[in-house]
Amino acid sequence: MNLEALQERIREAAARKAPLRLRGGGSKDFYGNEPRGELLDTRGYAGIVSYEPTELVVTARCGTLLAELERILGQNGQCLPFEPPHFGPEATLGGCVATGLSGPRRASAGALRDFVLGVKLVDGRGRELAFGGQVMKNVAGYDVARLVAGSLGTLGLIAEVSLKVLPSPACELSLELEVSEAAALERMNLWAGQPLPISATAWHASRLCVRLSGAEPAVRAAAAKIGGTRVEAGQFWEGVREHRHAFFDGPQPLWRVAVPSVCPPLGASGDSLIEWGGALRWLRGAEARALAAKADGHATLFRSQGKRESVFAALDPLVMTLHRRLKAAFDPAGILNPGRLYAEL
Amino acid sequence: MTIMMPASDQAVLARRETIVAALRAIVPGEGVIDNAAEMVPYESDGLMAYRQPPMVVVLPDSTKQVSQVLKYCFEQGIKVVPRGAGTSLSGGALPLADGVLLGLGKFKHIREIDFDNRVVVAEPGVTNLAISQAVAHAGYYYAPDPSSQIACSIGGNVAENSGGVHCLKYGLTVHNVLRLRGFTASGEAVELGSQAPDAPGYDLLALAIGSEGMLVVVTEVTVKLLPKPQCAKVVMASFDDVEKAGQAVADVIAAGIIPAGLEMMDRPATHAVEQFVGAGYDLDAAAILLCESDGTPEEVEDEIGRMRAVLARAGATRMSVSRDEAERLRFWSGRKAAFPAAGRISPDYYCMDGTIPRKRLGEVLKFIGAMEKKYGLRCPNVFHAGDGNLHPLILFDANDADQLHRTELFAAEVLEKCVEVGGTITGEHGVGVEKINQMCVQFRPDELELFLAVKRAFDPAMLLNPGKAVPTLARCAEYGRMRVRGGRLPHPELPRF
Repeated sequence: MNLEALQERIREAAARKAPLRLRGGGSKDFYGNEPRGELLDTRGYAGIVSYEPTELVVTARCGTLLAELERILGQNGQCLPFEPPHFGPEATLGGCVATGLSGPRRASAGALRDFVLGVKLVDGRGRELAFGGQVMKNVAGYDVARLVAGSLGTLGLIAEVSLKVLPSPACELSLELEVSEAAALERMNLWAGQPLPISATAWHASRLCVRLSGAEPAVRAAAAKIGGTRVEAGQFWEGVREHRHAFFDGPQPLWRVAVPSVCPPLGASGDSLIEWGGALRWLRGAEARALAAKADGHATLFRSQGKRESVFAALDPLVMTLHRRLKAAFDPAGILNPGRLYAEL
Repeated sequence: MTIMMPASDQAVLARRETIVAALRAIVPGEGVIDNAAEMVPYESDGLMAYRQPPMVVVLPDSTKQVSQVLKYCFEQGIKVVPRGAGTSLSGGALPLADGVLLGLGKFKHIREIDFDNRVVVAEPGVTNLAISQAVAHAGYYYAPDPSSQIACSIGGNVAENSGGVHCLKYGLTVHNVLRLRGFTASGEAVELGSQAPDAPGYDLLALAIGSEGMLVVVTEVTVKLLPKPQCAKVVMASFDDVEKAGQAVADVIAAGIIPAGLEMMDRPATHAVEQFVGAGYDLDAAAILLCESDGTPEEVEDEIGRMRAVLARAGATRMSVSRDEAERLRFWSGRKAAFPAAGRISPDYYCMDGTIPRKRLGEVLKFIGAMEKKYGLRCPNVFHAGDGNLHPLILFDANDADQLHRTELFAAEVLEKCVEVGGTITGEHGVGVEKINQMCVQFRPDELELFLAVKRAFDPAMLLNPGKAVPTLARCAEYGRMRVRGGRLPHPELPRF
């Protein structure tokens, strides 16, 4: 598949005002509001365009399998530092950037959007547009590349992405401590205020797991400071990242609640799992929106059964006006993944 | 220098007295400046070659006043140019003859220091360095550190997405700001981002950062604090050839090392700064590299060892490692003083800001050398090597009209070379008015049109800092460097000059 074919498809749909559902491997079909429209499969537009390890940049097309991309980076001792969840072997780079999701390393390394250096987009008029680039620092023009990260394909088809990559940590080890939720939050915040090489934290059912990553001497010194029991936790972190951990099983709605990390326990009635040093609280149950609002945070209905609407927290009316105008600028016919992010977009 | 700002609105200028009186009703006392002599300090920013007196200067001291000034200007169709500390190197705060210059210098208070959440809530006029100083006693700092950090304000840093010498490891402003509060061009309060990660909806926070004061007027910035590394050391390495130094940079990265800072200076640059600050640089070297490691003492020891080995293999002729904090700061003092040092050896200097893929460094430096000969002007180079961000400093005398003209042509050729090798015209200083013509080279008409559409989404009347950062297509046609695709000139209907 070439870019021209994707452009033509969008132009043709725009002329008919026919909604398009942009989709890579479909591993994140569950995420966001109900998808609608004719399927535009992006998997055919795949492949790594350029990758030079010493430039710390990889550029690849949207249909590239995320697993394949991470494998190639791994062969060169590098990684995507934000540890994007795949949610299935069919996950593509395009879907990864469109959903904007980051994994366990988010609190220390940064979010997906922090690593986006440039994009090539096809907008709602079928125009090929390039923003940002392949260099670390670039302030020419508005930062449209970061804007489209997490926009769920509503602003354009993300055809190609350039990401900053980093060396994989030289040494990694995990520790486990037996603590209550309140004590875990206290400790995670205390550690975050110290120069420790913590790359992930997760608390569930009185068990706090801490992962240290970096140079061997730094990891060893930090492990002595933190204490607890050393554990083999590769599978555990994989389970947290990919939602294979038992907490994520079952049919109850799964909420992703983001709060300032020091926020005390939310007092949810159901089970919860905490990540990102306290800033991310996964909840099972119904009262998440109210709890998030009280904590100065926001809640996303991450997974649920049945028809999905209002999955994302409501926006302030002025901010929604800005969203609507941006959507109109990128996609005047309103055909790209309409409603997937907000009903108004 | 030659600038083409939007034509002044004569109807607005004719109402100047009424406008000044209305602004005085909002901002009483000395907060409104309308006499020519007192407006002189506001005529230009850090890019002194461009000057323009504003119609009137307004210095509000409350968010309510900011909102009312913006509302009034919006209703009256008056342009507004926001200004922080006025240190922009790209003319981002250059006034408009028919515009209100909205100075935010009175917003210089830190509103909140929250060590539990590791954030500082600051007003836009607080200097970058003041934030780090306010939290240093507790072992924290704010990471982005532009060379102008003693003077530049956090509001200006947000407008330009400023960087510094530690970006490769710690990121730019966009990576270290959590939330902005401010007002749209119509004076409505807006909040972007949040202390909780990943605010819902489009990432308008990222869009606003680096938008050069054209999308929102920021009145409050929440920044992330980092715990200060326990220890930092820097290796200073000399090379007898600039290209070898460039290769050494690539070798460091290839070895899996992300230095806390990785800077390069060529011989003309080290000579200029050495007589100014006495940093102890090797004046025989064709280029020197400063390569910093930070972390725990064990980690730094280990990393410095690996850095030294890589640099030695890359052909370093001399190396020294900072023995203590004083020496580390002295090594950096020369780099941080590069711009003022250029100011001492030349009546004027013009700082460029292109970013290139690191592997093209040798080629671009050779090109700059050829331009020095072509235009008969000297050009020392300082370089954020880790990020590929170049700061060639063209030395000239602004009183000599021909030198000024040659400087402009020199700079334009270098920026266009940066685009040609796959880089960008600006890494951290912004486009402003300075590089607006080169935007026509870096972006295609469709992309520029989309930028203008983004601008209109926030500011439909195009009143906030108009004429900066994004050129109109007509302007590009006039500049004559429109990017051509497939042999066809875009928008053939536009007149060409």
